[in-house]
Amino acid sequence: MTAVPREWRDPAWRGRLTAAIVFAVILGPAFYLTEFNPAVLWSEAGASAVRQFLSTFLPPATSPEFLWMVIEAAWKTVAIATVGMAIAILIAAPAALIATRVLSVSRLAQGRMALWPSALRTGMRWLLIFLRSIPEIVWAMVFVRAVGLGDTAGVMAIGITYGGMLGKVYIEILESADQQATTALLRNGAGRLSSFWYAAFPACLPELLSYTIYRWECAIRASVVMGFVGAGGLGQQMELSMKMLAGGEVLTMLSMFVLLIFMADLVSAALRKVFA
Amino acid sequence: MTAPAVRLALGPVVSIAAALGFLLLCIASLSGDWRSFFSVEAMTKMSEFALAFAAPALDLTFLGKLAVASLETLAISFLGTLLAAVGGLALALPAAGRWGRAARGISRLFLNVLRSIPELVWAALTVIAAGLGPFAGTLALALHTTGVLGRLFAESLENVPPEPQASLRHHGVKPLIVFWYATFPQALPQLMSYSLYRWEINIRAAAVLGVVGAGGLGQMLHFHLSLFQFPETASVLIGMIVLVTIVDAISNRVRDRLTL
Amino acid sequence: MSATSDAAAQLTGVGLSYAGGVPALAGVDLHIARGEQVAIIGPSGAGKTTLLSVLACAIRPDAGEVLTLGQCVWQLSSAGLRDLRRRVFLAPQVPPLPPRQRVVHAVLAGRLPRWTVMQALRSLIYPVEAALAHAALAQFQLQDKLYLRCDRLSGGERQRVALARLLVSDAELLLLDEPVSSLDPALSVQALEVLQNEATRRNAALVVSLHAVDLALNRFNRLVGVRSGRIVFDLPRAAVTDALLAELYGAELNQSVQALPEEPAAVLRLSRCT
Repeated sequence: MTAVPREWRDPAWRGRLTAAIVFAVILGPAFYLTEFNPAVLWSEAGASAVRQFLSTFLPPATSPEFLWMVIEAAWKTVAIATVGMAIAILIAAPAALIATRVLSVSRLAQGRMALWPSALRTGMRWLLIFLRSIPEIVWAMVFVRAVGLGDTAGVMAIGITYGGMLGKVYIEILESADQQATTALLRNGAGRLSSFWYAAFPACLPELLSYTIYRWECAIRASVVMGFVGAGGLGQQMELSMKMLAGGEVLTMLSMFVLLIFMADLVSAALRKVFA
Repeated sequence: MTAPAVRLALGPVVSIAAALGFLLLCIASLSGDWRSFFSVEAMTKMSEFALAFAAPALDLTFLGKLAVASLETLAISFLGTLLAAVGGLALALPAAGRWGRAARGISRLFLNVLRSIPELVWAALTVIAAGLGPFAGTLALALHTTGVLGRLFAESLENVPPEPQASLRHHGVKPLIVFWYATFPQALPQLMSYSLYRWEINIRAAAVLGVVGAGGLGQMLHFHLSLFQFPETASVLIGMIVLVTIVDAISNRVRDRLTL
Repeated sequence: MSATSDAAAQLTGVGLSYAGGVPALAGVDLHIARGEQVAIIGPSGAGKTTLLSVLACAIRPDAGEVLTLGQCVWQLSSAGLRDLRRRVFLAPQVPPLPPRQRVVHAVLAGRLPRWTVMQALRSLIYPVEAALAHAALAQFQLQDKLYLRCDRLSGGERQRVALARLLVSDAELLLLDEPVSSLDPALSVQALEVLQNEATRRNAALVVSLHAVDLALNRFNRLVGVRSGRIVFDLPRAAVTDALLAELYGAELNQSVQALPEEPAAVLRLSRCT
């Protein structure tokens, strides 16, 4: 076969080949570091453990007391998430109000924000970043060790992390909305709080509500996960059952969990449709 | 029930009252001892923890272990996301309706189950099958993310403009080839974008999975926190934040280049 | 009258309505012999695209019979339909090029019906038969665009790339929907010349719908006028008068079917025996 003439050779080939080689080179260590060994799954130890565990899954535990306990635990999870969200809003709302540029009087007057207001706003934003960059489960672990097992740790963990998340998004929503009305009020001498209440807030309310409700749904999921480290609710019960390899109980609780998520999804979607 | 009608019917006062009522109900259901949170004991512990951030453990052997754990976490997130992308694509094909409505329904249900169960719960399960360590973490991440990516991929595939496929089909090209020549190339930028975004999320998840024994930084964190070794815990947390920031940066750069 | 087995395409009494009951085609009879070159003209919305799609076995009509390359199209199995479609090429109005795909793959897509799965996949990794694509593009002066992305091309260039795909395929029935709409007059003539030479070389039937009537009159020996989903006339070039054209393109005051022109030879089916 004759050599392919210059103008017909694929110019993208070199780049692609390099990328493929780099990828293969990364893949090797990745498999090594993760101790990737599918054989383990089928080995004696792994397979029998799985088989034994799975065999306990059926029949699922359905005794009335147990079911009642599971429903209670699920309700606890919802309660943890809701109270946690309430605390998060208590943190996020003032933080967002302080940190948002929309209400900056100095910026309107002089074109640029003055030094102290700017520093205050930046500081507040950094606080929000700090609050949310540590995973909520870590907060939960810390609080569990500080105050003991149970709901409080979970509520505070959600309150703090989600406070950071809500704060950031509230600021984004406020700043991406049309600011004319707020600016007009500020220019005419209205106080910052009034300008916010009468101009920015009504305009942004649907989006703020929509995101908050969406986050509430995520909080329910997070509450279950945090339960695994002892922060109460359905997750804590599931962890106990798993430790005892009581597959039937785990299956019931997993089903309850999926049902819970499904219902939260429905409620959240319905609420968002009504209010936003 | 139309939205405007409900809005008129409920009114803001009623909605606020309902929300507050629900909140009070929740507070009442919790057995938490609020005062214990602000007790001297708790406050002392928490301030100790906070102060540890100012003086994290920095000796070389420890930093060495931290580096290894970070690489492990990175590998878990990378491999987990990669496996999920492949699995997700495989499941996205039926979920996008290629093989009829029954297959679509079943595969979507399967994907929903995979993604409803959080990574941590999967990790608790995979640890039983694969033993403690990063392999369990990778599997857990892969399982959960397959559900997420599979659904996103299916939507992308369904939303691809149909003209190129139609043109090839009308020219008698086999369906498999039509997929690789017309459907997949059009969806690819979005698929990659979703995968990279998921990698950003997974690096955080991978860091945390270790809590149930699935390797990486999380396992280190759990270990030191259980022993109340706050300086070491602070170091691990700082390592987590650094790792997350790096992965975010890489992922953002690659995603930017993709959309050009 | 040529025998049916010689025909590239034959439509008998074809009718088609879209959802909502809007009739796109009604009572269409059309016979196209092998190697014939026909231009389809008519006002916008007349049904030219639908007609070409029916000829291409792309959509199934509600009424009537479609015989393509001697086979009853809609009685074939799906495998048989696929085999038949391999021999037909339809170029839609908007070039169906995936935006981020490179021209080389877009052109070589014309070879896909003949490639095995392995060849097709290999070609995605490294283009097989790039020389073929290069030669096809050269006929339209686009050879330097071989490795560019399709969305980096102008509208006219994209159209010609879609035509280059035709050159690379080996179809026997070529159906083109407004293939030169984005090209300037000189390029239009040049492109049509390339296409017609290719069709002659392969002895393939060529059916082109055109907006520019003068192009149709200058380059095609048989013109089919379509209006409101019906074939209004089907005549050799010489028989198409200005009066006919004016009636065809006249203002659409009502949707009723145009009355047949006075000459009784309006639906004469003349086949070319080239």
